[in-house]
Amino acid sequence: MNAEPPDPAWIDRTLVCARPQVVGALLRYFRDLEKAEEAFQEACLRALGHWPRNGPPRDPVAWLIMVGRNVTLDHVRRQARQQPLPDEALLSELEDAETPLADRLDNADYRDDVLRLLFICCHPDLPATQQIALALRIVCGLSVSQIARAFLVSDSAMEQRITRAKGRIGAGDAPFETPGPLERAERLESVAAMLYLLFNEGYSASGEQLRDRAPLCAEAIRLTRLLLRLFPAEPEIMGLLSLMLLQHARQKARFDADGGIILLEAQDRFLWNRTMITEGTALIDKAVRHRRRGPYQFQAAIAALHASAASPPETDWPQIELLYRGLEQIQPSPVVTLNRAVALSKVAGPAAALDLIDPLAERLDSYFHYHGVRGAFLMQLERRGEARTAFDRAIARARTPAEAAQIRQYLDQLATS
Amino acid sequence: MLYAILCYDNEDVVGSWSKEEDDAVIGKLSVVTEKLAQAGRLGPVFRLLPTTAATTVRKGREALVLDGPFAETKEQLLGVYIVDCEGLEEAVETAQELARASGTNGCYELRPLSLFMPGAVAGS
Repeated sequence: MNAEPPDPAWIDRTLVCARPQVVGALLRYFRDLEKAEEAFQEACLRALGHWPRNGPPRDPVAWLIMVGRNVTLDHVRRQARQQPLPDEALLSELEDAETPLADRLDNADYRDDVLRLLFICCHPDLPATQQIALALRIVCGLSVSQIARAFLVSDSAMEQRITRAKGRIGAGDAPFETPGPLERAERLESVAAMLYLLFNEGYSASGEQLRDRAPLCAEAIRLTRLLLRLFPAEPEIMGLLSLMLLQHARQKARFDADGGIILLEAQDRFLWNRTMITEGTALIDKAVRHRRRGPYQFQAAIAALHASAASPPETDWPQIELLYRGLEQIQPSPVVTLNRAVALSKVAGPAAALDLIDPLAERLDSYFHYHGVRGAFLMQLERRGEARTAFDRAIARARTPAEAAQIRQYLDQLATS
Repeated sequence: MLYAILCYDNEDVVGSWSKEEDDAVIGKLSVVTEKLAQAGRLGPVFRLLPTTAATTVRKGREALVLDGPFAETKEQLLGVYIVDCEGLEEAVETAQELARASGTNGCYELRPLSLFMPGAVAGS
């Protein structure tokens, strides 16, 4: 332990990092989300007063759980007897009690607490965006206005949404029993899906939204890493974290100065974050040893092949095409087939790729990327008129100015070539 | 005598540093490491990826491969310095210097080496 008082930034960071475990444990104890959050706030206030004077505790998480619990019980007692208890005495007792508590609270407890906390945010009655907003508020501790900015709504609208969502999950039957293996696996799957959505909210941002949304990627990575620490032998969680790291590693290379999208083949690969790529690659290596295939592992393996190519022509497209085939088998979807077609075009040429996606026309008609990719294949085949029609359709379906700008580049190429 | 200075800290907290914060800490530490290097006392220095990237192979009749680090601890082994020191006194002084420079929490474990093979990997 460091004898010098911890600096304020360290305390802030420690409180943020401890939040999922502490709120999760307090939720198990009080069985009331509102009370658990209040108790956490109260414990944080005590920490801000106590830690700079007495040095940080050996186990900040255990300290916060203990204080959060006791302070709330103290409030209850006060209300009952109208008789205040001495705060400082309470806290010094705590220091003595900390060690045995820390020993009792091992990973097994935190594991289900954190999973429960994340899982209640994934309530099936809540639309995906509300699940994410709730997780950001309750688990990550982001402020309402931070979340409101990320979702492009006013603070009061977001406040209302969160309150309403909390009401829904509060009224429901929150699962407080220790889950069995099957339930645990189901919960993990829902939570992983929600974390993936959270990541994508950040990843899909471009232009002016970048600044407010990019932190969502970091939050998703942080929570997934925590989840993997608690469930270290789950290949799909390894795959999910690997996928996030490999995608996020390209963050700095994905946009130009105006926030416009730079496509993979045009990115400056020196801007890719090597540490994240190394970690992502190490994780997918670990995951495949389990020989339990899953969609996140397939996607991570594909991302790893892109990340390991020093330049676009060095990309192992045959292997990527095979991986998309595998993904298609376990999770058939026209979007996966569309992605496979891009890989196939590199391996077998644009005609074969076009044959693969033509049958998807109806199902993917409203999808921007379908028309963009199709236009690119047609352009390679010198079918210029059809290519132009496809690109026009893509522009009409673009969701952001950046997407439209990307297609206009193709149209310019068509016009000048 | 060669000492391994093992750095332990809460990896959740350290992992949440921004690149700027991380660079700042590395910058402060490099003042100490450069001095050690100039004195010819600094061996290899390495930083470990988070424990989620770790795999444990347990020895036995059939070596068992387990996911995660060897031990679940409150603070995790995050990196190592190999430093040449006169003795424990100097090793403690060096670790204290690193501690002051880093300005973060956690701790250093000092372990004298009994075998040192510098190896020849280039790293990346």
